[in-house]
Amino acid sequence: MKIAVFVKQVPDSAAKVALENGVVSWGDAPLVINPWDEYAVEAALSLTEQHGGEVTAISLGDESAKEALKHALAMGCGHAILISDPALKGIDSAGVARVCAAAVQKLADIDVAVFGKQAIDSDTGLTAAMAARILGWPALTLVASIAQLDPAAKTIRVQRGIEEGRQIVEGKLPAVISIVKDFGEPRYPSFMGIRKASKAEIPSLTLAELGTQAPEAKITWPELISPPKRKVTNEMITGASADEIAANLADKIIAEGVL
Amino acid sequence: MATRHSMGGKIFVYVDHFKGKPLPASWEVVGAARKIAGENGMSVSALVLGQGVERIAQPAFQYGAGEVLLADDASLADYRPEPYAALISKLAKDSQPEAIFFPTSTRGRELAAMAAIDLDTGVIPDVIEIEHEGGKFTATRPIYAGKLLAKVTCSAKPALLTLRVRAFGKPDKDIGRSGDITKVSPALNEDQIATKVVDYAPTEGRVSLGDAAVIVSGGRGLSNNPSLQPPADITDEKQKEIWRAQQGFKMLGELAEVLGAAVGASRAAVDAGYIPYAHQVGQTGKVVSPDLYIACGISGAIQHLAGMRTAKVVVAINKDSDAPIFKLARFGVVGDLYEVIPALTKAFKERLHK
Ligand SMILES: Cc1cc2nc3c(=O)[nH]c(=O)nc-3n(C[C@H](O)[C@H](O)[C@H](O)COP(=O)(O)OP(=O)(O)OC[C@H]3O[C@@H](n4cnc5c(N)ncnc54)[C@H](O)[C@@H]3O)c2cc1C
Ligand SMILES: Nc1ncnc2c1ncn2[C@@H]1O[C@H](COP(=O)(O)O)[C@@H](O)[C@H]1O
Repeated sequence: MKIAVFVKQVPDSAAKVALENGVVSWGDAPLVINPWDEYAVEAALSLTEQHGGEVTAISLGDESAKEALKHALAMGCGHAILISDPALKGIDSAGVARVCAAAVQKLADIDVAVFGKQAIDSDTGLTAAMAARILGWPALTLVASIAQLDPAAKTIRVQRGIEEGRQIVEGKLPAVISIVKDFGEPRYPSFMGIRKASKAEIPSLTLAELGTQAPEAKITWPELISPPKRKVTNEMITGASADEIAANLADKIIAEGVL
Repeated sequence: MATRHSMGGKIFVYVDHFKGKPLPASWEVVGAARKIAGENGMSVSALVLGQGVERIAQPAFQYGAGEVLLADDASLADYRPEPYAALISKLAKDSQPEAIFFPTSTRGRELAAMAAIDLDTGVIPDVIEIEHEGGKFTATRPIYAGKLLAKVTCSAKPALLTLRVRAFGKPDKDIGRSGDITKVSPALNEDQIATKVVDYAPTEGRVSLGDAAVIVSGGRGLSNNPSLQPPADITDEKQKEIWRAQQGFKMLGELAEVLGAAVGASRAAVDAGYIPYAHQVGQTGKVVSPDLYIACGISGAIQHLAGMRTAKVVVAINKDSDAPIFKLARFGVVGDLYEVIPALTKAFKERLHK
């Protein structure tokens, strides 16, 4: 099995994100691998553990994105590629998906392209389905578990997490999958893995080297806004007993008119 | 006004449903589309795709669609993105709408993504506000888990927008309204579709978190009731903790029942095995926007707040008066949730006559 997994570098989920002169700033919070992509790497690795083969982690970004790739290598991915190009600036989701699809084609003979559910910076959650459409492959998104995969027959059966529970779907390989948290906790990088990753030379490709070019962005975000500070009037509810507290609280909640 | 009304143009709305049952969010989207269409002299066409789904047309009209494009076919019986997206794209190519609106559901998001590729346009996902000016849609959406907002525009047509659930309010239903149903055929034959739906496994639980108006949520604090004695056959400490927390979630369930609420949870509660992931609220769980959110034994970590900060009224019950959740809380109780919650359930029962 030949697997590609896409990982993005994002500000840590605990970062205090704010605007500084109209530009996003996350202070001294670290950049980390997108949390959803750790599940994707976990899924990719577990597939090769069961069926053999190798995993290549791919990231689009600047030099700093190599850290996300190193995390993927330390978790156990065999290879990593950075796609870095000044033309990626201002690219939209469809553009990212086109570059991801070009990378899949460049690697050739990929059986499964694995994505995270969503990047926690832009919160778009579109790339996997878009890439599937561009490649013309089945889109098996929001995969909670891979029930069955037959590399010889080139079939895959997954459980998808949807609002109403699970949908069990069968498709043909090659396919695009995106992974949700039910898949299982991602493994921690091993000591050996970290050492190997720290020494790895990660190749960097430009769009021209990928055989593609920057697609024109249809989506632009001309303005970022700090959300209006919510004014909450805090009121602590007290009473002589739990019953009295509860009675006061119930009355107050009912008076808010939200029931 | 008259000149603006002559502008024309259509807004398509994808009416999301599960096995023929429309999501309430679909009507929020129809209502939002109708409002914008009304202000800009456009009309609203609802797309209803499935099998045996003709009955969805009537509420679509009542909530504001002027026309329903209905595809009723065995190949659409189960939702699959490929045949659904192909048909949406084909219909859009035929009628050149100005925009296609989807609810931000698992289906809406991926259909928008795929149609955007077919139609060489872009998607603005998870929108909370829409403006239409100079023939262009500009939408506001939260980014960085709601820590910032972005105004986003789409330069191509149609603009594809997914609307955040509960951000636009439920529209009024006008039972006098009706419209034309246009039947359309699928874009793909069964043998052109590379996926098959084998089965479903529904989740337990009464109300779905995403569109719940009231949520009662529990965290790690739910396991903290040393006086609860687990049955003798549970000897492992971890299992005892899980058992205690599960009694706690039962207690929360009773409060939820009285309030007609859904049950949420923190990641700590989910990761510890107290309750399934489907209940997780937060950055790596569900983003919810209820009218009332009651947080019990939840400290209020930034990743949890990311999932519920737009709740209208937050109530926090926590032993620790310094817990960050209190900063967001309209009402707070510093106390043991094992004492407060049963009393609160009783108080609501008396007041709501249940
Ligand atoms: C990448 C990433 C993503 C994350 N995503 C999410 C997410 O989606 N959702 C999420 O919730 N978290 C998420 N987290 C985890 C988050 O950082 C916190 O660890 C988590 O929210 C803590 O859950 P908690 O409040 O239940 O537990 P704790 O922080 O341990 O808080 C328990 C609270 O219970 C109170 N308590 C204890 N006993 C009682 C009692 N008897 N009565 C009353 N109060 C009591 C305590 O005072 C305490 O405040 C994420 C973290 C990371 C790194
Ligand atoms: N710059 C990027 N580099 C690598 N993978 C990405 C990038 N952006 C998005 N992805 C992948 O696409 C998924 C969904 O991202 P998004 O659609 O941006 O929310 C992520 O979880 C990643 O797997």
